[in-house]
Amino acid sequence: MSGARLTSGRGIAAAASGAAVLLALTGCGATSPDAAAGSEGNAIDGSITVFAAASLTAAFTDLAGQFEEAHPGAEVTLNFAGSSDLATQIGEGAPADVLASADTDTMGRVTDLLAADPVAVATNTLQLAVPADNPAGITSLADAARPGVRTVVCARQVPCGAAAAAVGESAGVDLTPVSEESSVTDVLGKVTSGEADAGLVYVTDVRSAGDAVRGIDVPEAARAPTTYPIAALAGSGDPATAQEFVDFAAGPSGQSVLRSAGFGAP
Amino acid sequence: MTASSPNAARLPRWVVALAVVGSLFVILPVVAMALRVDWPQFIPLITSESATAALLLSLRTSLTATALCVLVGVPMALVLARTSFRGQRLLRSLVLLPLVLPPVVGGIALLYTFGRRGLLGGSLSALGVEIAFTTTAVVLSQAFVALPFLVLSLEGALRTVGTRYEAVGATLGAGRWTVLRRITLPLVLPALVSGAVLSFARALGEFGATLTFAGSLQGTTRTLPLEVYLQRETDPDAAVALSFILVLVAVAVVGVAHRVRPLGDLAPRAASREAARP
Repeated sequence: MSGARLTSGRGIAAAASGAAVLLALTGCGATSPDAAAGSEGNAIDGSITVFAAASLTAAFTDLAGQFEEAHPGAEVTLNFAGSSDLATQIGEGAPADVLASADTDTMGRVTDLLAADPVAVATNTLQLAVPADNPAGITSLADAARPGVRTVVCARQVPCGAAAAAVGESAGVDLTPVSEESSVTDVLGKVTSGEADAGLVYVTDVRSAGDAVRGIDVPEAARAPTTYPIAALAGSGDPATAQEFVDFAAGPSGQSVLRSAGFGAP
Repeated sequence: MTASSPNAARLPRWVVALAVVGSLFVILPVVAMALRVDWPQFIPLITSESATAALLLSLRTSLTATALCVLVGVPMALVLARTSFRGQRLLRSLVLLPLVLPPVVGGIALLYTFGRRGLLGGSLSALGVEIAFTTTAVVLSQAFVALPFLVLSLEGALRTVGTRYEAVGATLGAGRWTVLRRITLPLVLPALVSGAVLSFARALGEFGATLTFAGSLQGTTRTLPLEVYLQRETDPDAAVALSFILVLVAVAVVGVAHRVRPLGDLAPRAASREAARP
């Protein structure tokens, strides 16, 4: 919901594309329309707005910086929120060029608005986060289900909650959470503050929380990772730059950024 | 609001125009939401198991929070309006803080007070009282944000009615408790009612502090605003229907608060008659 950077380049982009049209018109006698279109397609110097899942905040901030370095003149504005929120905003006509969501179901909700098929760029795995001092002495998912242990998960309505329910079922563990939060960051917050004894969050969340929490692997979760798809949107004002950003995220530089943030290979 | 009415003629036209824009700014979003409500499915949507649980929990906690606000808010307003002491102005500013504080900040503050590792949390745990993730946490969050509404409206009313009748009552031999019970409180009853109604509305709408401090579990801590927030993820129709219920409650509350005048014209006379009775 928070725009990491404010859009300022949209007007410039419109002016630039207007200028390109003018150039194409005036140079009509000298260059063929195909050549003009080709040169415009190759220029990756527009402004795009990327809507990305909240869990991608650190990685995509880094990624956008690298993209701008690789393509001088290009400008990336980032908007991070829960995947579901982003899909709703795009459905209501928010001016986005690229969507990166935290699960394939959410991406499926905006299928009609995509410019191309989504590409999987990363995977993420649930892990059990416990406060640094691990007051309840938790070592496994079964411990988190013990009576008296305060375990917090995401609600089933959001991707991390659906994943948590699946992990619980495949592990044969009947979790009775004291709270079902609306977002994975709320779950993490309850663990870092010490209110909860344990919480099911993503590996990348545990890593970003630093020393405040410890991560405990859940084997059943590792077997069923969540996939993060990314796609350019049909309504983009700069389809070339939008698609280039998607390719950049799926390419070597993008993958190395995502890997160092703790995401798995797609 | 129409330019043809006699009162509007005294105002520059642009003032009226801006007032119309401002009114539309408030009214249009509510209309836009009403248009999105799936009316044929409205009743099933608002009577689903999770919606009913959220509604009942919201009503229960908001009423408890309002009672709590009245219990401590009336004495607070009396102390602020009828006494003077060093640091009173500072105290008043601090007490009204939750009114202007973002609720999520209130939630964090409550967490660091009543949370397991909070200022009081440790002592409470030792006494066997656990607040985190309980309905008590919801009530505390609601009371925290709602209290200033009651204190503010009641203190204002107490200052407006003045102390004349109280002084007269005292000279006629009424004790402090009698003066408070027979004169002061009846005088400010309308303000007390409207303050309590506003507190109830604020408690009902509480979201940020509850989310931060109490958690979200059906029937225990997931109040109506939290249910709306969650349903929005997968079932926008249910979220809109539930939102509309909160709008209806808000309209009813505003109506009641307006109807009960902060200070009725007849109240002082009626109260003084009663006080003058032997």
